[in-house]
Amino acid sequence: MKILVAVKRVIDYNVQVRVKEDNTGVVTDNVKMSTNPPDDNAIEEAVKIKESGKATEVVAVSVGEEKAQETVRKALAVGADRGILIKANSILEPLAVSKLLQKIVEKEKPDLVFMGKQAIDDDCNQTGQMLSALLNWPQATFASKIEIKDKKLEVTREIDEGLETIEINIPAIVTCDLRLNEPRYASLPNIMKAKKKPIEQINASDLGVDTSPRIEQIKVEEPPKRKAGIKVKSVAELVQKLKNEAKVI
Amino acid sequence: MSVLLVAEHNNKELKPFTLNAVTAASQMDTDLHAVIIGNNCVDAAKKLSELPSVKKVIQVEAAHYENFVAENFAPVIVKLAENYSHVVCSANTFGKNLMPRIAASLDTSQVSDIIKVISADTFLRPIYAGNAFATVKSKDPKKCITIRPTSFDPCESSGGSAPIEKAEPSEEFNNTKFVKREEIKSDRPELGTARVVVSGGRGMQSGDNFKLITSVADKLNAAIGASRAAVDAGYISNDHQVGQTGKVVVPDLYIAIGISGAIQHLAGMKESKVIVAINKDGEAPIFSVADYGLEADLFEAIPQFIEELNKLNTIQK
Repeated sequence: MKILVAVKRVIDYNVQVRVKEDNTGVVTDNVKMSTNPPDDNAIEEAVKIKESGKATEVVAVSVGEEKAQETVRKALAVGADRGILIKANSILEPLAVSKLLQKIVEKEKPDLVFMGKQAIDDDCNQTGQMLSALLNWPQATFASKIEIKDKKLEVTREIDEGLETIEINIPAIVTCDLRLNEPRYASLPNIMKAKKKPIEQINASDLGVDTSPRIEQIKVEEPPKRKAGIKVKSVAELVQKLKNEAKVI
Repeated sequence: MSVLLVAEHNNKELKPFTLNAVTAASQMDTDLHAVIIGNNCVDAAKKLSELPSVKKVIQVEAAHYENFVAENFAPVIVKLAENYSHVVCSANTFGKNLMPRIAASLDTSQVSDIIKVISADTFLRPIYAGNAFATVKSKDPKKCITIRPTSFDPCESSGGSAPIEKAEPSEEFNNTKFVKREEIKSDRPELGTARVVVSGGRGMQSGDNFKLITSVADKLNAAIGASRAAVDAGYISNDHQVGQTGKVVVPDLYIAIGISGAIQHLAGMKESKVIVAINKDGEAPIFSVADYGLEADLFEAIPQFIEELNKLNTIQK
């Protein structure tokens, strides 16, 4: 069984994002970038499945600028066998990304495609579901547990009401939740080894997909600021303020 | 052209956020139709027809719609979408799972999780965990929009009498089977709509200590929330998680106890009307969004807090 894992390079989750002064986007120059956190869970799960003997190859794919190679390289350092970078210079919408991934799926013919449930930059939560629609494959979104049963997967999904379990036939798409597993850190020897693993580079424009934007970003602004609060000295003072000033209890 | 709203329900009743989604959809176009897909969902369809903003209800029923599997739902909606300019539903796990499948089939670039309708094609949405707001204009002929329910008021729930039309079900998608759903039942208000939310974080130190959160919530008739750290640590189940990848809440009062205030948690609660933070680390980022901050050991502060609330109740009586 072969597993394709899609990973995205995003601003690190610990960075306090700042809006550009000209309102065209957010500041990315000299900002720490990392793998989108739930994509780390997706890679970890694929590598664990391979380690258990149920998969033979894990391929990491990313769509983005040249530097997204670092994100693919990190996936290789934690156990993916080889990488693919689809080079694109502009920021692509999830629909365009899913069309590009569809081309890779058609070429690589994986049995499973894993990715994070949501990217923490645009917070769209679309790509996995869109890819699954384009391929007409089953989708298991927000997965917190995956069990492989022959040609089927049993997936536990985190939903608003609690947990839901579904059974899907392979080939299938799974989008991973943060609680699926505990992603490992890359060891130094594995980082060194990853440097020798192959990364195939493909230009997005060579894949015959229309990736032109359908959504015009008119402006990006700072959200309204909350007015500064106060520190209270005691629980009694807190309760009095809530009762008499805020009038919420 | 008109707007098609996808109703969320449990076959008996509408889910409360359907009413918020109706409000958002009617701001895109007042010619609003709603589709309800389910199994034996006559009662829920009737309730939908009573919403005054809904001009027509389309009811689609089949056994394979019982459990809301997106692979079964999407083809019906894609077919109906021929007659509409917009397809709309809530950005909760139901809509997040379903809408992109519809959008890709319609070759539409979806606009997710909007918090404001500026015009029929232009919307405001938070990005980067709410640290920036983007104004975006959809250029697709058909628009697929998910709305953040807590950013829109619920619509009127009675007084309407829209006609209910039936539509043909699509074939079952055989590669996905529903197995089970484990819903956590509670007599408390729902986290998404509660007037007061009391949340605990890693500072609670154990699942057992979450009883302290429960005691405060009991006093205030509040829903119980949690930070991702508390859910990851197994102190409480995932349906309580508030944050960028959990639920977004906008209560009148949000009390964060033992929560440091990571960016991803703030994304789920910083629009609350009044925020209280109780934390022993005076430098914790949660204090930057709190209206009232109390720097204290929660294990001392919570019992005092309950005691003060008791006093208050006695005075009121």
